[in-house]
Amino acid sequence: MTTKPKVSKAELAEQFRAFIDPDYVITDDETMKPYECDGMSMYCEMPLLVVLPETVEQVQRVMRICNENAVPVVARGAGTGLSAGAMPNKEGVVLSLAKFNRIIDIDPLARTARLQPGVRNLAISEEVAQFGLYYGPDPSSQIACTIGGNVAENSGGVHCLKYGLTVHNILSVEMVTAEGDVVTVGSDGLDSCGMDLLALMTGSEGLLGVVTEVKVKLLPKPEVAQVVMAGFDDVQKGGDAVGGIISHGIIPGGLEMMDGHAIIAADDFAQAGYPRDAKALLLCEVDGTEEEVHEHIAEAEEVFRKLGATSVRTSQSEEERALLWKGRKSAFPAVGRISPDYYCMDGTIPRRHIAYVLTEMEKMSEEFGLRVANVFHAGDGNLHPLILFDANVPGEFERTEAFGSRILEMCVEVGGCITGEHGVGVEKIRQMAVQFNDEELQQFHDVKAAFDPSGILNPGKGVPALRFCQEYRSLEHKQHTHEHTEAAHG
Amino acid sequence: MADISQQLKEQVLQARDSGHKLNIVGGGTKAFMGREADTDAGTLNVGEHSGIVDYHPVELVLTVRAGTPLSEIEATLAEEGQCLHFEPPHFGAASTIGGTLACNLSGPGRPWAGSVRDQVLGIRLLNGKGEHLRFGGQVMKNVAGYDVSRLQAGALGTLGVITEISMKVMPKPAASLTLVQEMGMDEVVHYMNSRAAEPKPITAACWVDGKVYLRLAGAKSGVEATAEKWSGEVMEQGDEFWQQVQDMQHEFFAGNDVPLWRFSVGSTATTPKLEGNWFIDWAGSQRWFRGAGELKDLEPAARAAGGQVSLFRGGDRTGEVMHHQPEALKGIQRRIKTAFDPDNIFNPGRLYSWL
Repeated sequence: MTTKPKVSKAELAEQFRAFIDPDYVITDDETMKPYECDGMSMYCEMPLLVVLPETVEQVQRVMRICNENAVPVVARGAGTGLSAGAMPNKEGVVLSLAKFNRIIDIDPLARTARLQPGVRNLAISEEVAQFGLYYGPDPSSQIACTIGGNVAENSGGVHCLKYGLTVHNILSVEMVTAEGDVVTVGSDGLDSCGMDLLALMTGSEGLLGVVTEVKVKLLPKPEVAQVVMAGFDDVQKGGDAVGGIISHGIIPGGLEMMDGHAIIAADDFAQAGYPRDAKALLLCEVDGTEEEVHEHIAEAEEVFRKLGATSVRTSQSEEERALLWKGRKSAFPAVGRISPDYYCMDGTIPRRHIAYVLTEMEKMSEEFGLRVANVFHAGDGNLHPLILFDANVPGEFERTEAFGSRILEMCVEVGGCITGEHGVGVEKIRQMAVQFNDEELQQFHDVKAAFDPSGILNPGKGVPALRFCQEYRSLEHKQHTHEHTEAAHG
Repeated sequence: MADISQQLKEQVLQARDSGHKLNIVGGGTKAFMGREADTDAGTLNVGEHSGIVDYHPVELVLTVRAGTPLSEIEATLAEEGQCLHFEPPHFGAASTIGGTLACNLSGPGRPWAGSVRDQVLGIRLLNGKGEHLRFGGQVMKNVAGYDVSRLQAGALGTLGVITEISMKVMPKPAASLTLVQEMGMDEVVHYMNSRAAEPKPITAACWVDGKVYLRLAGAKSGVEATAEKWSGEVMEQGDEFWQQVQDMQHEFFAGNDVPLWRFSVGSTATTPKLEGNWFIDWAGSQRWFRGAGELKDLEPAARAAGGQVSLFRGGDRTGEVMHHQPEALKGIQRRIKTAFDPDNIFNPGRLYSWL
């Protein structure tokens, strides 16, 4: 934990302005306002100041000054995060990487790209499309989110089951340490000698270093992709069909599920032609060579019919494929239209418990008096329940948070985890005590100290202070034992 | 087939109290790797901590104790038409999954299917304080806490005793075939990378003795259609060939007289001009070299190729065998070592002399 900063705001700003364009050292409240939160706007805080360096050397100098003066540093990309990981520290600096937005180099033969951290995720695929390549991980926010933030969160997306997460799709990162050193972790080879610090950095939520460059792997764009849409009249059948397709030996490029509420909201929004009476909808995308896709699509249709699908439709053109996906991809704004506010959760569960978890969630929904719609990366067990609420109704957000906590705890009980891709940040820090015991949390703190001895990088995020954990566990009447990961229902 | 984690924990605590070091051993088939083991240290035998803990084919997830032999895991998966996609090398029947993760060993399919590190979802680990900890989980996506599970890959057991591993498994491909043709070493790197850049079901690419071998695997129709379009003869004993490559039983690897070096480099890099023989795998990303030399003399060649070099087998194992680390990374790794193993109990000096 950091101690009280040793410098005033004015002194710090003066020091930064000595080597950074004064316009990029922001100290007034009005200009700092957009930095008060990230995509998780319920959690806000104004920083001491915001700095936008333009070179790695400037980042180093910022880090050295902050390290010497015990000033917290919160690195920030596009600010699209959904766990308040980039929420400022009121006594600290927001270090925006917005100026680092250049694609440095593309090597089509080696299928790699060197990027500054502020390059947008989608911009990578757009730029390398001319070579028949693309970048695998495609989080929903890909139009805005940046590769540096993707590394910090280990972002996934719709295609993870087949193509992996960020950790599987990067070769190296250059980073500035808390003490201001520049180091490269990883290499052009697929693995490096020593400890796998690249894995440790990925998903570390800005607590271990500031990423200043990323080398990513690129994939050849599949010849063909087709999507099969299957509707089911109950959730259990839909859940079983997810397992059915996978145990048949097909690994879909994407496998997404929506529940009844999400189907209707998405169809109203996108007019995708979804079966509106269905209780569960699967979108199963198969990609590969023409022959392979032809073979697998026929098998997938048959599997879904056998497992009781009430409707099966396969895209016959790129337009139709895009339309079927449009509903899924706009599910969040679609739900946004039917409720003043919504709160997006991010638990992960073993797939075989899908039906149980969705049924339990319905019961909780009644108990809390709040509606919930579910969209789900079914292929990799990543749930995104959207709790609908109205922030203007006193007490409703607090009730929403309590409902959300219960969902996450249920995920842990069935052998899953509290976050699949959004990160812990501030939002889920209390639930860390449900997933991990004190010894494990202490081990995380010790890892952090190995990178950041003075604790200046994103303090108070990701891993809770142990003194709060016992309180939370007893509050929730939870006994954290590793042995009860299989819930009573088996 | 037993859970001996309590016993392992007691041994760690005893070593800690008495100030002893421990060499961690699973099946004992990888004693040749890393720097020479500390002869004063005791042995912590994880081999008996074995057995499949949990396996749901529908989930594509397997949880096993670290001492479980690879062969037992593969037999269980095969019954369900699944496999370890990272094709771990077997250096003997006793090779275990724990050792495979600690050494980060993966076979010819690695650039496409991922490595053992890529497939790991969670672990249980006994740290140097004798605490039995759990990291990650049994689900495909989990970003809660740091990725301590993957941190173990390649750490050669210096951070603790891996006792249990959850990992992703995959369906066995329905069909596969191998194309072989003659090609010189100078042109093969470009050729393999060009093929890898095509959206075709390629799952392995290597070069040895003037011949390039490409493996196609997946849906039968896709494999056959690609084989018709690409040049090369269909190899009759394709599966046997790749099994030999995977287990390093190919004659290139035979004998211990000449050191075996591993270059992990950029896939398109020019092969360094060195006196000796090369085996190019992973479409150029992994290049095996057999020749005399010293680590410090080979490192500039590896760096020029965008990567690193390590002494894999043979040679002088009293000095460093892994590519040199810059000071800042040394400092971080030393502190991580202390964070997990404050009394320096586990595999002292096995990875680097300074760890």
